[in-house]
Amino acid sequence: MLNAALALFLRDLRLARRRFGENLLVVGFFALALALFPLGVGASPDILGRIGAGVIWVLALLAVLLGLERLFQPDLEAGALEQMLLSPAPLELLVLARCLAHWLGTGLLLALASPVLAILVHLPAEALWALPLTLLLGTPTLTLIGSIGAALLAGSGKGAVLAALLVLPLDIPVLIFGLSAAEALITGLDATGALLFLGAFLLGALALAPFATAAALRLALA
Amino acid sequence: MVFEAVAFALEPGDALLLLGANGTGKTSLLRLLAGFARPAAGSLTWQGREIGQEPAEHAQRVHFLGFADGVEGLLSVRENLAYQAALLGAGPDRLDDALRAFDLVELADRPARKLSAGQRRRLALARLAAAPRPLWLLDEPGVALDRVNRARLEDAIERHREQGGVAVVATHGDVRVRDPLVLELGERGPC
Repeated sequence: MLNAALALFLRDLRLARRRFGENLLVVGFFALALALFPLGVGASPDILGRIGAGVIWVLALLAVLLGLERLFQPDLEAGALEQMLLSPAPLELLVLARCLAHWLGTGLLLALASPVLAILVHLPAEALWALPLTLLLGTPTLTLIGSIGAALLAGSGKGAVLAALLVLPLDIPVLIFGLSAAEALITGLDATGALLFLGAFLLGALALAPFATAAALRLALA
Repeated sequence: MVFEAVAFALEPGDALLLLGANGTGKTSLLRLLAGFARPAAGSLTWQGREIGQEPAEHAQRVHFLGFADGVEGLLSVRENLAYQAALLGAGPDRLDDALRAFDLVELADRPARKLSAGQRRRLALARLAAAPRPLWLLDEPGVALDRVNRARLEDAIERHREQGGVAVVATHGDVRVRDPLVLELGERGPC
């Protein structure tokens, strides 16, 4: 059972490595969109420093949403999802393995890229670790929540935009507490509460999202 | 989805050929047999037990080969087969035999995206040998295969039956099976 999930995880990692350019596109969107903000709101370090953490968090959320279409749709079209249903491993476990591999190729890259982007928008030095920390806690939750939307729309032909609309409301609490935690850490305030909420969201998503996603995939295949 | 007056029973070693024009429900019936969907009425049983009552157990009996073959173009032939075998709970010990059974040894390291349609189909078929399961549900398995490889497929089905397996094959007549039961779905098919 675990071997099947491990096989899926390793296959997805191998594919992520071979599609590294596609994953870089997500990070590229993240960086390019951020680079547009100084053009829109002015290059004043004061303004950018004030809104920078929020902008980075919102863009990270949008970048995660961008990648959702690749989560299940290609496998559905290729007939690979049916093979997952025939595995001795529970579909929920396979969904978890898929989400973990997907996050390593997107959310982790975004978290690792965030310190560089923090410098671009003149955030203080504390942001260099505060942003990656909060994104490391928050983006897996965004991926898990996004997997529900991606699975619900798999096979419908509606695409990523509708999936984004579907899961955005569910992502808002993660955004609020992720940003609160980042700003508290940057300004030297106590971020414990916000970090605990982020951790709780992650645990909740780990416990619930694989079941909801697996149920949606079964519906898509029926 | 309703099939009218569809009834059959298969014993170990049996093969059922599903015939019928396009759109008469051959694929839908295979998907029902695989447990991907449940019949609105009637029952599907395996050794007297409803497959809907034990979906996880039934999933482990089934090989389903649909029109979409489940092959990943960025992986090599061997990587595809190893992944599919592991996903289906089988070890790597039969991989070489499976590659040989469908003449894929020389293509083992080639990325699947560079395979022809027939070679891709052979790769999809090779998982039948890589991960033994008693119930084969094959949806037009002969598509894109040349005469030699259709013969290999027919041999594989015969060997499977000799070992007590069951094969249900939807076909337009390009795959021949020895002494099959035949179910011809009518024009109405599912409605």
